[in-house]
Amino acid sequence: MPGEHFVVPPHWEWYILGYFFLAGISGGSFVLGTMLRLWGDARDAIAARVAFLISFPTLLICPILLTLDLGQPLRFWHFLIDDSAGGLAFKVWSPMSLGAWALLIFGIFSFVMFLAALAEGGTVRALETAASFIAGAVGRVFVAVGAVLGLFVAAYTGVLLAVSNQPIWSDTWALGGLFLASGLSGAAACVLLATRSRREAQATDRKLIEADRYFILLELALIILFLATLGGVVSKVLSGGWIILWVIVLAGTLVPLALHWRGGVMRQATLFAPVLVLLGVLALRAVVIFSAQA
Amino acid sequence: MAKPVGFLTDTTLCIGCKACEVACKEWNGLPNNPIEFRDSYDNTGQLDHANWRHVRFLETTTSNPDKPIAWSMMSDVCKHCANASCLEVCPTNAIIRTEFDTVFIQQDVCNGCRDCIAACPYAVIGFNQATGTAQKCTFCYDRLQNNLMPACATACPTQSIKFGDLDTMRQTAAQRVQTLQGQGVSNARVYGDTEYGGLHALFILTEKPEAYALPSAESAVLPGRNDAPGYLTAAITAVLAGLAGLIAFRRRGDTASRTIPSPSGGGSGPSSPSPSGGASGRGL
Repeated sequence: MPGEHFVVPPHWEWYILGYFFLAGISGGSFVLGTMLRLWGDARDAIAARVAFLISFPTLLICPILLTLDLGQPLRFWHFLIDDSAGGLAFKVWSPMSLGAWALLIFGIFSFVMFLAALAEGGTVRALETAASFIAGAVGRVFVAVGAVLGLFVAAYTGVLLAVSNQPIWSDTWALGGLFLASGLSGAAACVLLATRSRREAQATDRKLIEADRYFILLELALIILFLATLGGVVSKVLSGGWIILWVIVLAGTLVPLALHWRGGVMRQATLFAPVLVLLGVLALRAVVIFSAQA
Repeated sequence: MAKPVGFLTDTTLCIGCKACEVACKEWNGLPNNPIEFRDSYDNTGQLDHANWRHVRFLETTTSNPDKPIAWSMMSDVCKHCANASCLEVCPTNAIIRTEFDTVFIQQDVCNGCRDCIAACPYAVIGFNQATGTAQKCTFCYDRLQNNLMPACATACPTQSIKFGDLDTMRQTAAQRVQTLQGQGVSNARVYGDTEYGGLHALFILTEKPEAYALPSAESAVLPGRNDAPGYLTAAITAVLAGLAGLIAFRRRGDTASRTIPSPSGGGSGPSSPSPSGGASGRGL
């Protein structure tokens, strides 16, 4: 019968929680930056630049957390190089293998856009070449490819959990989509927090709030799908102390949604709602990661 | 290529002496278990990095008033699955299939990511804090290479643990079940003929597999079953999120002002500025 497990947990804990959170923010920020750049207007350039400025530093912490979580941190490169048979260690059916490669390649895209964003802001004038590179058609293709990788980095962590035999994680196929939707929502919250004191970004803030509203609706639908697919093990994730985390998840979705629905960019709302969203994004990952291993 | 090898562990012959556990620990130099009171003859607890054989003690109640308690013992071990979940997910290729068709973790390659522990459906693999790697039964790979039987099978005094080439073990298991059923043990069955493509550690059981903490045939599924649906759900979410972005970011798009802004970032638009928040065009 599905939901029958005789397993021991892998003890993926705080480092992995931090990694999953930041991967969602980094990938999501890049995707938002790309969408603003490709579909927005000139007023959105500031928010797009901020999104790229968020993406790379948050991504940079991810491999550090991953490496610290390893039993043999100095062998982190075994994710990429096959130390026994030689050649590359690449297994398309292993999400952890794909994720390691995705982090590396997405890192290049995220780094280039980070440099370009610095140059566009005039922070580092020596980087104007990077800015000119991403300004043209090649740049549009570049960010689009980077956005696909960003989507993958934000989503694959959920698939990684599902591709196991652990209770909860392996009983659903909704985690990849759920982590992606919540990562995008968290990224929108980060950009809103970073631009909230920029009056020239106010028009974009309205768009970001609208986008975040859709992302939250998507996230809520996927939370329902996640719980519905768990079957008999749903009680394991909806009991005891985990309820507190679910309350934070709901507060991080329903309250911002209610505030966003009223429209406008009231100062209080733009500070309060994004912080709640980020807490919800963190709590969602925490309840999924820890409840399965309890 | 050597012949595929197999264990056949017969629970009807096990007397719970734990000679297999001791022999395994001795040969493989595994550390002692911490002393703890478990309120059971089973003081090993589980398979892990330090216990590659574990004699499980099953105490069940019966309807016979003369024998109200029935004991069953099973010497558990890594199943060395033909389709191994651990091998499937291992991102570093530290887990390999040997020339004997067994599953082996290369200790010098494993980086301790613990993905195999999350994947193993039999709770076989343990994480060794001292070495920082995942560890489990090697099927006494070093002994096999020197034409020796695994230590556990060698030490078993009742031949509850048999070792040989896999086909022979399958035939022996089928014959033994026939004999047991002929003796009135109607529940006798072989576990491991079909699960995960066939196990290299077969068991003769007299209860349902779940009673021995073994997943039933329908529950014995590979982690990869969630690969395609997991990515598909993520892809559908990505498309919907893209549409959401398109609606949110394009709807109010003013094509007239669609120009690349100057580095100072002061793109002028029709939106009315907020009175607060003195902004500069540079940096964050």
